[in-house]
Amino acid sequence: MWKGVIAFGSLSLPVKLYSAVQDKSIRFRLLDARTKLPVTQRMIEPDSGKVVDSDDVQKALQVSKTKMVVVEPEEIAKIEPKESRDIDVDRFVGTDVITHQWFERPYWLGPDGEDATKKYFALVDAMRAQEKEGFARWVMRKKEYIGALRVEGDYLTLITLRPSAEVIPASQLEAPGGRAPDKREVEMAHKLVESMEGKLDMSEFKDTYRARVLELVEAKARGKVVRFPKQRRRPTEDKSLEAMLRKSLATPSRARGRQSA
Amino acid sequence: MPDLDDIELEQLARGRPIWSGTVSFGLVSVPVNIMPANRPNPIAFHMVSGEGEQLRRRYFADKHEPRKTGRTQRKAKRPNDETATGRQLTRDDIVRGYEWKKGKFVVLDDDELERIAPERTRDIDLRMFVDAAEIDPMYFVRAYYLTPVGSPKAYKLLAHVMQERGRAGVATFVMRAKEYVAAILAEHGILRLETLRFVDEIRSPRAIGLPAPARPRPADVKKIAAMIKRLSKSSIDKRLLDDKSADKIEALVKRKARQGEDVVVVPDVDDEDEEPSANVIDLMARLQQSLKGGGRSLAAR
Repeated sequence: MWKGVIAFGSLSLPVKLYSAVQDKSIRFRLLDARTKLPVTQRMIEPDSGKVVDSDDVQKALQVSKTKMVVVEPEEIAKIEPKESRDIDVDRFVGTDVITHQWFERPYWLGPDGEDATKKYFALVDAMRAQEKEGFARWVMRKKEYIGALRVEGDYLTLITLRPSAEVIPASQLEAPGGRAPDKREVEMAHKLVESMEGKLDMSEFKDTYRARVLELVEAKARGKVVRFPKQRRRPTEDKSLEAMLRKSLATPSRARGRQSA
Repeated sequence: MPDLDDIELEQLARGRPIWSGTVSFGLVSVPVNIMPANRPNPIAFHMVSGEGEQLRRRYFADKHEPRKTGRTQRKAKRPNDETATGRQLTRDDIVRGYEWKKGKFVVLDDDELERIAPERTRDIDLRMFVDAAEIDPMYFVRAYYLTPVGSPKAYKLLAHVMQERGRAGVATFVMRAKEYVAAILAEHGILRLETLRFVDEIRSPRAIGLPAPARPRPADVKKIAAMIKRLSKSSIDKRLLDDKSADKIEALVKRKARQGEDVVVVPDVDDEDEEPSANVIDLMARLQQSLKGGGRSLAAR
């Protein structure tokens, strides 16, 4: 857990940062097929095949197709950002300005200390009333971060944002070309989408596959023979898009997904 | 990057599709390739030897002593002969395993992992349509562009209608031994898939132990509200989203290159098998190519 101070105007609010995510995905390891033991990654010289000890590995950046520049650890250390506890809020914007393409990792913020508690909830109230979120920057563990300071329920969150160089907006790409969709198909597709519209409840979506993988592991570990259900091939549809839309609309929405399997 | 395995990372670095699937909406099938929507960090260091030769990462089968404390034996100095470094492995020598007990692994092959979810294979199942603003920002993990495979007709229809209705789709699918829930968004006639977290992957304020909300002093709220107002802007200057550390490293490297300091000359390789440098790849061009449609599915290979 990291401690920082939210700072803007004359406000300085000590907070604690907690990761808001817990990774539940199953961790696989790469194994040597022969021994069934984990493999190790090493660096080799491609020409000689010689293994290079990690202490002798240097970092380099490509500057042109045929040129790289070696960067020493001391040089990197020198340009590392200065340690600071400040979470600087540069500006506030409407809650629709920063979009999901930039979101990377969420953190919960909690007040650090008794004195901070009242101020913390005052900030929550003020941000909520104005429907605003802050654009923040801070240095954590020698790395610079940019993030969105938001209100979530009764608490503050900080979501780290991806640097712009990493994001390719759709507006810079050209959509697939060809004829505009057929009017009748558009009409039917509207109806189909409408019939599937609803209110989002994320708890309706559960990772059921994780449990099945663990079951498989268990069975194999005990040396059991695992039988699998027959593979069902999806019938290859050669019907027209219009025919499939018509058929979809004729099928009650509940049954649709299963029937197509 | 906890949700990606080695194969995906490799594909990401090359700007290639990481997977092919079929978005199914009603009985309509929209075959797509999944392409990365984010460029890797432009500051991607290469590993070179003391003599400046570019190194490659390879997998080795270790000479495994009876395992005791995993960590300590890694520190041991490894002289450079095969008995100490073990055998070098190719991709075919490597399998995927799960550690079910300390030091004990069960091998799981891709076929088995697909067969425990036969109904889901290659299907990106559009379950419902929602208002995109309803999806809590905390849930977003990673973005991909969907590009049409074969005829783009159904793709264009879905993107068109979603955009007209201002709706996002919520879909589930299984890709390489992991189940995903994802949002599918239509923008500028292009479909984007954003993987989401499952509910149990988000910690609640209660689980973390945040204090119960306390009633703030109205005077404090007023004072802070005034400060927020003063700092309010209508938009974000895109330059605020620049990675300053990356810029500094770039400047350093450019200066050294100009002065001819620590410059290493590398052969101009255009070999498909070699890892290309992340900053040389033009992901945008690859995406554009793929969006033109008529692309082939990875599954067909």
